[in-house]
Amino acid sequence: MDRIKEFASTFFVTGDPLIYGADVAIVATMAAVVFVLTYFKKWTWLWREWLTTVDHKRIGIMYVVASLLMLFRGGVDALLMRTQLAVPNNQFLQPEHYNEIFTTHGVIMILFMAMPLMFGLFNLVVPLQIGARDVAFPFLNSLSFWLFFFGAMLFNVSFVIGGSPNAGWLAYPPLSEKMFNPGVGQDFYIWGIQISGIGSLMTGINFIVTILKMRAPGMKLMKMPMFTWSVLSSCLTIIMAFPILTVTLALLFIDRYLGAHFFTLDAGGNPMMYINLIWMWGHPEVYIVVLPAFGIMSEIVSTFSRKRLFGYKSMVFALMCISVFSFFTWAHHFFTMGSGADVNAFFAVTTMIIAIPTGVKVFNWVFTMYRGRISFPTPMLWVMGFILCFVVGGMTGVMLSVAPADFQFHNSYFLIAHFHQVLIGGVAFAYFAALTYWWPKVFGFKLNEKLGKWAFWFWNVGFYICFMPQYVLGLMGMTRRISHYGWDTGWWELNLVSTVGGFLMGIAFLFQVWQIMHSIKFMERDATGDPWDGRTLEWSLPSPVPHYNFAVVPTVDSRDAWWEEKLRRERGEAPAPQPKLEPIHMPKNSGIPIIMALCWFVAGFGFVFDWLWMAIPGLVGVAVCMLVYSFSYKTDYYIPVDEIERTEAAARGAV
Amino acid sequence: MAQHTASHGAHEHGESHGSLKSYVIGFILSLVLTAIPLGVVLNGWLEGTAAYVALMACAVLQFAVQLVFFMHLREEKKPRYNLLALIFGIIILITIVAGSIWIMMYNQVAH
Amino acid sequence: MAHVNAHAGSAGKAGVAHEAGHGHHDLESLRLMGFWIFLMTDVIIFATLFATYIVLRNGTAGGPTASELFEMPGVVAETFILLTSSFTGGLAVLSMNQGSRKGLIGWLAVTALLGASFIGLEISEFVKMVHEGATIGTSAFLSGFFTLVGTHGVHVSIGLVWMVALMIQLGRRGITPVTRRKVNVISLYWHFLDVVWIFVFTIVYLLGVM
Repeated sequence: MDRIKEFASTFFVTGDPLIYGADVAIVATMAAVVFVLTYFKKWTWLWREWLTTVDHKRIGIMYVVASLLMLFRGGVDALLMRTQLAVPNNQFLQPEHYNEIFTTHGVIMILFMAMPLMFGLFNLVVPLQIGARDVAFPFLNSLSFWLFFFGAMLFNVSFVIGGSPNAGWLAYPPLSEKMFNPGVGQDFYIWGIQISGIGSLMTGINFIVTILKMRAPGMKLMKMPMFTWSVLSSCLTIIMAFPILTVTLALLFIDRYLGAHFFTLDAGGNPMMYINLIWMWGHPEVYIVVLPAFGIMSEIVSTFSRKRLFGYKSMVFALMCISVFSFFTWAHHFFTMGSGADVNAFFAVTTMIIAIPTGVKVFNWVFTMYRGRISFPTPMLWVMGFILCFVVGGMTGVMLSVAPADFQFHNSYFLIAHFHQVLIGGVAFAYFAALTYWWPKVFGFKLNEKLGKWAFWFWNVGFYICFMPQYVLGLMGMTRRISHYGWDTGWWELNLVSTVGGFLMGIAFLFQVWQIMHSIKFMERDATGDPWDGRTLEWSLPSPVPHYNFAVVPTVDSRDAWWEEKLRRERGEAPAPQPKLEPIHMPKNSGIPIIMALCWFVAGFGFVFDWLWMAIPGLVGVAVCMLVYSFSYKTDYYIPVDEIERTEAAARGAV
Repeated sequence: MAQHTASHGAHEHGESHGSLKSYVIGFILSLVLTAIPLGVVLNGWLEGTAAYVALMACAVLQFAVQLVFFMHLREEKKPRYNLLALIFGIIILITIVAGSIWIMMYNQVAH
Repeated sequence: MAHVNAHAGSAGKAGVAHEAGHGHHDLESLRLMGFWIFLMTDVIIFATLFATYIVLRNGTAGGPTASELFEMPGVVAETFILLTSSFTGGLAVLSMNQGSRKGLIGWLAVTALLGASFIGLEISEFVKMVHEGATIGTSAFLSGFFTLVGTHGVHVSIGLVWMVALMIQLGRRGITPVTRRKVNVISLYWHFLDVVWIFVFTIVYLLGVM
């Protein structure tokens, strides 16, 4: 009995009332979910329609839901930190707890919020934009999602079991080494990110092949919608950057688990090598999440200006340049490491150069709006907010790229303000815009405009109130990751203002949740399938889209294919003869991805606690899943013509 | 994926043809390119920088031999996405290796 | 003239002909391309490991150095075995293209046996080093060495399991478009591992003893 008690006291995180509260909330929520599913007899439905699905649209929805949950958790972390910093010498959070919170906030927001939200948008939009019926590898797509999901769960569970990681979002050694960090938190970090990282890598491969090989006939590369281009450039960066992360984390794990000396202080190891490697992934990573944002902006600006995108070719060129150039700037994250002047000069210049293609894009959006017939529904508002915010964020980035000046800015709140401005101003604004823009395509009804505008204004104003003071605080000498400061520093007024801004953004999030609930409750079905008067192929389909997407694969010969088609119809040109339907070849659902990802979770959990009895069966399970898949040959089926006709008739009825 | 028809497939692979002759030539070349560096190092044919250059040159040539004779990179049909992916991969590879060496080994402060 | 086919009944398109021609996608060629891109990601994995090894190469911390540790005869044998297996892997594909299932399975078996003997030699090399006190925890140099060479070894081992699974499938189903693609994929993988080994051989072993 005592041994069980002793085990439980180390296995579970104890001693903090906040965490006990969370324990209760987690158990209650899980019980509620199980109860609802059982009471309404929805288990089979859940398994058949969602957990085993290989349909890109449903996988996309699951990504979005998961990432919004993660946004909630990351956001709560942020508000806890802002509360702690609101006044000097605050006793709200202990320093150790504060360390854990800023670590999980960073990891969750980048890897478990921005990335999956981005993958969700890839899934929801790209196949529809290019006239495909699914992605190139639907099975792999499902596997990617479940790897992300279980990776994220493994990371999150650390908060109630074993203890959270606390060495910062990139886990710099030697602090993250066993010697200084003997708990299991760092191992949760490694395995959570590792498992979901494999998923990200596979998504990258999947969408590259989808975009290069599965476009509708006639859609040449230079006729692709801009969002699809941006996804291609983002995926190219993913496939080259994520393997570096995989290796780097693996090496850190080998250090911790097998006592190797890659990044230790003794026996010839070099912690700087970790910093060098992690930023070779880390810098491209921020471009990975922001590139699709550029594509989203381009789609929305052109739709709501009712004009073709200005400078299509320069946009494509800028996207591709960034894909490659993002790999040549990583050392600007450690100018202060003590490299020679030649190294710092080189990376300062490359960093400045990469601002050029980014600037090109801003001009393209502005010129697209010039003389357009502009309207301002919620997605367009987010775009407006984005352009301003991102320009300022980009400019402060150029300031940071000046190596000598960086010695002042480095690790100060100036840096914090900068990267929040590009990541919130660039990524979050764009992804929110995308969610409201494509929502009617996915679910068949628009989100409430009024609440959406409230959410936007709260977010936008809250953002500036939160982060503008932080630039000043940085210049006043406030460094990142400090949990307490004294009255004598003179920082508290600005910190208080910043905290108020943070809570305004929290209110904006509540407005967004309210917006979604309200819109579901007072749903007005969109019968047109094209509520924004869109330009690209996805708007030619009924909403929600039938599971095979296109009854007949379209033929394309211009950039804004659907727009041109609408113009033709307006001119009264007769539509081409109705083509004969043919049976559609579709992939079958599969339970292997979720089981395999679960096995990874088990293996990861086993390694975290150094329980080989758990880790080895987990890995064996992974291998068995792979072999079972390799030996299964009946993975697809045909949808007969009469079923397509029925589905289309029903969809047309809705139209 | 969805647009695939089952009857289709066999003729389009185009990646792995090649003849016995090309495989044999490739094999012989790779043996030679392995023997040369062995001679350089174990018998001391060359020293210093010359040896480095010879070793790396043989390795890179060997890589090319495998690509051309065994992996049939030249037979890819247009558009040559595989070749483009390879070139991109090699650029990043060189960036990682050369960049790390430059940053980590040739700066005086870090050591 | 562009014809965007909307949902049935609203718009059509000029020709249905493409549905039988280029309108659908050859699944097996998609998979081959996907695998090639996966190989590029594997290139980056090894690039990162090589970079780490090279940077930490001199961090021997008083432990054994490369030239004290490496025994070339075994390594040379491993190299020639792997080169030969790359060749026999090619012969397997050649047999497949000539339609000979027996030849294909036979050459695959030869390739797998050569791969297995490579792994056997590598394991005995590692065991010997560990007995001499040169372990992964001895120094940064050895951490880099064991991880880089070990990762290659793990790749080869996975390839072996995969090859056996494929031989069973070939035995059951013969040469079909699907198994044909699988053979092409594993042959690419195998040649790729050979290329990686050439660089391991050159950078780790030859430059190590030079």
